[in-house]
Amino acid sequence: MKALISLALASVLLSGCALQSGPVERPLRATGDLGLVIERATGSVQIVEHSNNSSLARIEGLGDLSHATAVFSRDQRYAYVFGRDGGLTQIDMLQDRIVNRVIQGGNSIGGAISQDGRLIAVGNYEPGGVRVFDAQTLDMLADIPATPMPDGSRNARVVGVEDAPGQQFLFSLFDTGEIWQADFSQPTAPQLTRFENIGRQPYDALLTPDGRYYIAGLFGEDGLAKLDLWNPQQGVTRVLDGYGRGQEALPVYKMPHLEGWAQAGQLMFLPAIGQHRVLVMNAENWEQQAAIKVAGQPVFVMARPDARQVWVNFAFPDNQLIQVIDTQSLQVIKTIEPGPGVLHMEFTPRGEQVWLSVRDRNELQVWDTETLELVKTLPAQTPSGIFFSSRAHRIGL
Amino acid sequence: MDLPKPRWLLFLCLIAVVPASHALDEARQQTLKHLLVQDCGSCHGLWMKGGLGPALTPEALAGKSREYLVGTVIHGRPGTAMPPWKALLSEEEAGWMIDRLLQGVEP
Repeated sequence: MKALISLALASVLLSGCALQSGPVERPLRATGDLGLVIERATGSVQIVEHSNNSSLARIEGLGDLSHATAVFSRDQRYAYVFGRDGGLTQIDMLQDRIVNRVIQGGNSIGGAISQDGRLIAVGNYEPGGVRVFDAQTLDMLADIPATPMPDGSRNARVVGVEDAPGQQFLFSLFDTGEIWQADFSQPTAPQLTRFENIGRQPYDALLTPDGRYYIAGLFGEDGLAKLDLWNPQQGVTRVLDGYGRGQEALPVYKMPHLEGWAQAGQLMFLPAIGQHRVLVMNAENWEQQAAIKVAGQPVFVMARPDARQVWVNFAFPDNQLIQVIDTQSLQVIKTIEPGPGVLHMEFTPRGEQVWLSVRDRNELQVWDTETLELVKTLPAQTPSGIFFSSRAHRIGL
Repeated sequence: MDLPKPRWLLFLCLIAVVPASHALDEARQQTLKHLLVQDCGSCHGLWMKGGLGPALTPEALAGKSREYLVGTVIHGRPGTAMPPWKALLSEEEAGWMIDRLLQGVEP
């Protein structure tokens, strides 16, 4: 009995310790199975792990996470979170704490980490441009203002910031229709190359997994703008002219995202804008090969890591659904209804499971991608982006 | 997307000046509040301080008429990312949401 009481006492003391703030003493652990979940309305993040599908910690005080993304240090210990309010926050995922945080701009959209892991680039709406920081200290190393608007009121807003081989960052200017290439091989003297007139209103961009092509989706006209980073002197070319909103200019209730876009063999899968379709482009000739009818306006069109399946979520009012496409038959093989407000998904590194954030149910769901069955749910406060540390070792993520 | 005919415009304006409605029940108001914060907030920010879309704080909206704002929600802003919401929202519902914005909205 005495032993039981002292055991109980010890566990109370232990749990008391765990509640204290600051660095937490934990048994040795590695970080390859860790992830970060954005809790958008509360300005907090959860640290999760996908070996046993559990939540490890919640960290608060990250500001406005309306539209937040994260990248990871190459040792997969630190996460860098880009918040809507211009906050850039470095989180230690082993000690569950904020290491460093700067408000680097007034309104931010996202960012990237350089090839060597030493630089963090942030794309800003306000002030329009890109700022580059030392990944260790978060000291600003470079400030690249975007093109001023014709009326001089502000600078163009930056979207689609991606890292590329050769210590490069690529980004697009929404308001002025440009792609900029910033070479940071000399961090204190970055070389800028501007590509103008690439098309109206680029809204997001992707980098192919080999780091060769930077492709921006256009909102203001049909088509995609493609830059071949192996042959940048050839300039930006237009592909997939049928891509876009088409003649009818359907209302678009949520901007699609191109991050996590899917490629299976020579086929690339992209969200159509405004239409209830996923477009299939052949990357040999950059022409549309098929269009797959889906349940709503697609937002994320993401490939399972083996690219055998593509998972699609949708804009309001169809954002309670997910559809799974088989990339061989180009058919929707399953429609699932995880619940209202499915905002994001993230596959485990080898793709046997996928995590979904179901915002309006305040929950994360883990699904088996073979049986297409729900495996587990975890509580989270209005979750949006889910980011696993395996991103650390992928170009353009 | 046909634009409303002139007599409809007049009708719309008449509706738009009717103050906050009694017809929207509590459940629908909750849905609209949620839509406002979470879905409008995707572009305009959860705190309505702007993003791809402009800020929609009471200060930012000062000087703009309610009719104009309701019209923007219903018909969208061609040439921008703001879609017309008329397929999903009534004038009355858009007006209710505009009233919330004019008072200030928090998540």
